[in-house]
Amino acid sequence: MVMLDVLIIGGGVVGCTTARMLAGYQLKTALLEKASDICEGQSKANTAIVHGGYDAKPGTMKAKYNVMGNGMFQKMCSELDVPLKWNTSLVVAFSEDGIPKLEELKHQGERNGVPNLSVIGREELRKREPNISPAACAALLVETGGIVCPYELTVANAENAAENGVRFYRNAPVTGIQKGEDCWIVQSGAGTFSAKAVVNCAGLYSDEINNMVSEDKIRILPRRGEYYILDKKYADVFHASVFQLPTKMGKGILVTPTVDGTILIGPTAEDLDVRDDTRTTSEGLAKAIRFGSLTWEHIPMRDVITTFSGIRAHCDRDDFVLGEAPDAPMFFNAAGVESPGLTSSPAIGRYLAELIAEKLHAKGNPNYNPIRKGIPKFREMTNEERARAIASNPDYAKVVCRCETVTEAEIREAIRRPVGARTVDGIKRRTRAGMGRCQAGFCTPRTVEILSEELHISPLEVTKFGGNSKLLSGNLFEKGDGAE
Amino acid sequence: MRTVDILIVGGGPAGLAAAVSAYESGCRSILILEREEALGGILKQCIHNGFGLHTFHEELTGPEYAQKYIDKVVEYQIPYQCCTMVLDITEERVVTAVSNVNGLQQFQAKSVILAMGCRERPRGALAIPGWRCSGIYTAGTAQKFVNLEGIMPGKKVMILGSGDIGLIMARRMTFMGAKVLACVELLPYSSGLKRNIVQCLDDYGIPLLLNHTVVDISGRERLEGVTVAEVDPETKQPIPGTETYYECDTLLLSVGLIPENELSKLAGVKISSATGGAEVDENLETSVPGIFSCGNVLHVHDLVDFVSQEAEKAGKKAFQFVQGQLAENGARIPVTGGFGVAGAVPQVLHAGSGGSPVTLMFRPKGVYRNAKISVSAEGTELYSRKYRILTPGEMVSLELGPDLLSRAAGAKELTVKVEA
Repeated sequence: MVMLDVLIIGGGVVGCTTARMLAGYQLKTALLEKASDICEGQSKANTAIVHGGYDAKPGTMKAKYNVMGNGMFQKMCSELDVPLKWNTSLVVAFSEDGIPKLEELKHQGERNGVPNLSVIGREELRKREPNISPAACAALLVETGGIVCPYELTVANAENAAENGVRFYRNAPVTGIQKGEDCWIVQSGAGTFSAKAVVNCAGLYSDEINNMVSEDKIRILPRRGEYYILDKKYADVFHASVFQLPTKMGKGILVTPTVDGTILIGPTAEDLDVRDDTRTTSEGLAKAIRFGSLTWEHIPMRDVITTFSGIRAHCDRDDFVLGEAPDAPMFFNAAGVESPGLTSSPAIGRYLAELIAEKLHAKGNPNYNPIRKGIPKFREMTNEERARAIASNPDYAKVVCRCETVTEAEIREAIRRPVGARTVDGIKRRTRAGMGRCQAGFCTPRTVEILSEELHISPLEVTKFGGNSKLLSGNLFEKGDGAE
Repeated sequence: MRTVDILIVGGGPAGLAAAVSAYESGCRSILILEREEALGGILKQCIHNGFGLHTFHEELTGPEYAQKYIDKVVEYQIPYQCCTMVLDITEERVVTAVSNVNGLQQFQAKSVILAMGCRERPRGALAIPGWRCSGIYTAGTAQKFVNLEGIMPGKKVMILGSGDIGLIMARRMTFMGAKVLACVELLPYSSGLKRNIVQCLDDYGIPLLLNHTVVDISGRERLEGVTVAEVDPETKQPIPGTETYYECDTLLLSVGLIPENELSKLAGVKISSATGGAEVDENLETSVPGIFSCGNVLHVHDLVDFVSQEAEKAGKKAFQFVQGQLAENGARIPVTGGFGVAGAVPQVLHAGSGGSPVTLMFRPKGVYRNAKISVSAEGTELYSRKYRILTPGEMVSLELGPDLLSRAAGAKELTVKVEA
């Protein structure tokens, strides 16, 4: 049994930011993730927006932590070397009768403490976004809206936490939690742990984890959102993240640039019976385009590079459930965290870490280093920097992913780093290899080879995202291992 | 910065043929940059036969066909660099590349020939609904695994799209012991070569399901099956009630090839929305003087033989440009594709192109029987030819002689169209 001070359940953005915040204290902390990698749930499949905070109802946890988290993003992303862009958000009305509703949203935002909100008219809107559909007549301008790469952010938090002593266990689903003597006993796919405090950051499964120990039951109502990603050639079509003013037809579809230069359109909102049904559907995808076209009249469908869906962990309480469970001392929830969860994550992490540290009388960690450097990205270097990178590591001269110009050096480093990549998707999220317009058509064979070399496993054992998601079925030149 | 007369981006069939032809035209300062470990491009993994019937009058495999050109490159001692990825090309023809041997390099080229080939359209671009599991590959990726790495991607295979690589892989996977269930094609006809349908599907009893598509993908981790439905030939929308589930562990996609023109765009080359390749004149020169384009990066060809022919011309013309002898006489006459014509190349002719014939190529947009193809200038027919059958799978190549071109002089536009 592994003895811990704090055990975090869930390796999404909330779990990983909490881990990093806890690393700032003299506490023995570990994190369990049920999937083959961190960032395999809603943290990898969302709108990637740093929300201003106008949307949540005043007085809710969502409103409080959104605005607080937004204010922490700049420092966090600077410390962690994660790309962040304050591109502003716009909430667009498509008819004159929407303008009073924009004013209401502005007022709501102001009550939440969002600074610099203003309603802009047709002319100003068109000046900012020349490609917006002619029907757009006014918008709420959110100066504090931004965009960030959600997987790089999650990975960066995890890496920094690991460098500061937090242990990460993947393929470690929690199967049971019991009250021990002054501790919790947690059974998992990675063995049994005892911890003085347990933090539930289990996202879509945060109700199951909470309900294992608390009579204060909660329920997650999974809600699916489907998205499109378009080619980088449209990087300049929209500057802000363009939301649609919610109407009785629905919450609207967002059209936004991403920090990586692609365009993202989505999400739909569909309540599910099954919580991990991340399928895309023809209805959902059609709907995203139908509503997205309100903002961007002629969406160039021939430049779609991929589609995906993400599931939000919507809670039956319609708010985040944060803090110590009322009937389970030293069991802490960050449950029901859905949008604006990404934006709220640093504030949630800080709140929980401070709370736990206080309860455990933990001292600050004098050796804590908040700085993490990202994997140097060849595609973003100047030619002089490229020449230097190649001189120090010749693998920088081997371009593996052509579309995103990702080199072998970056892929190998992604595997070798703390909490490193173990799967093809893990490499994709850490380097963007395979995320471009050919969607890994050219680089898959080489990526599989590198994973196989680095992990000392057969190419046949390499998976897309763990479990049975193997890429290959048989070796043609080894006896007994070939195709049928 | 090194200088070179002709820099060729890509060492596949187009780049090789362009290099050989430039050398044979007299050029002695040529450099081929190839991003993979060896010359040959996609032909390296095309181990089936059927190449070279037009060029060499014999049936060769892809590697054999490529080797004929590689042998010439070696014989002529034309310099080439493998493992070298071009990162940037400017309008002034400064080429930046990175190589594992030479690191970061820059070249000033007098002329550049774009020969980067094409890529396959992936699943994401089709927005096929369902799970995003493993086991879904483009046909070319699967071909690389099987033919170059000796690894099977799966055992029970469905193929979506009837492009040539998909057809070839249907047979290849069958040879290697996999069960290929069917080849599913959205259109009422295949976009592949007739001979591939016969030799790769019919001969192995693999059904070709026309007017069908994959509407759902099952399998949370590894692919477990696909749902195929019939589509309305007009709207291409699935017809409810026609769904059939096929259990399979692999889905191969052969749903279109896209010329890889990201570098061309960096150089400011104008791209045709019809072909996805550069707009060129009869000399295969792009909108940027001194930059030429040939092969599948210009437009997706049906046979490699025609890639070689086109590239030979590009090599010759590029050298003429280097020597200052590439005359662009007379007015520019745009060539437009009328009914039934998808992406005619070249897009522009010069009225007095100096007496040499011009090759005009395109793919028919549909299947047309007993059809006529005509070239006309402002309503006056200058050329026509009858065809028993035209299909999108087989390219049409028209040789426009000096006589026709002289009659076209003064025309504001040439139109090529199908009359069916």
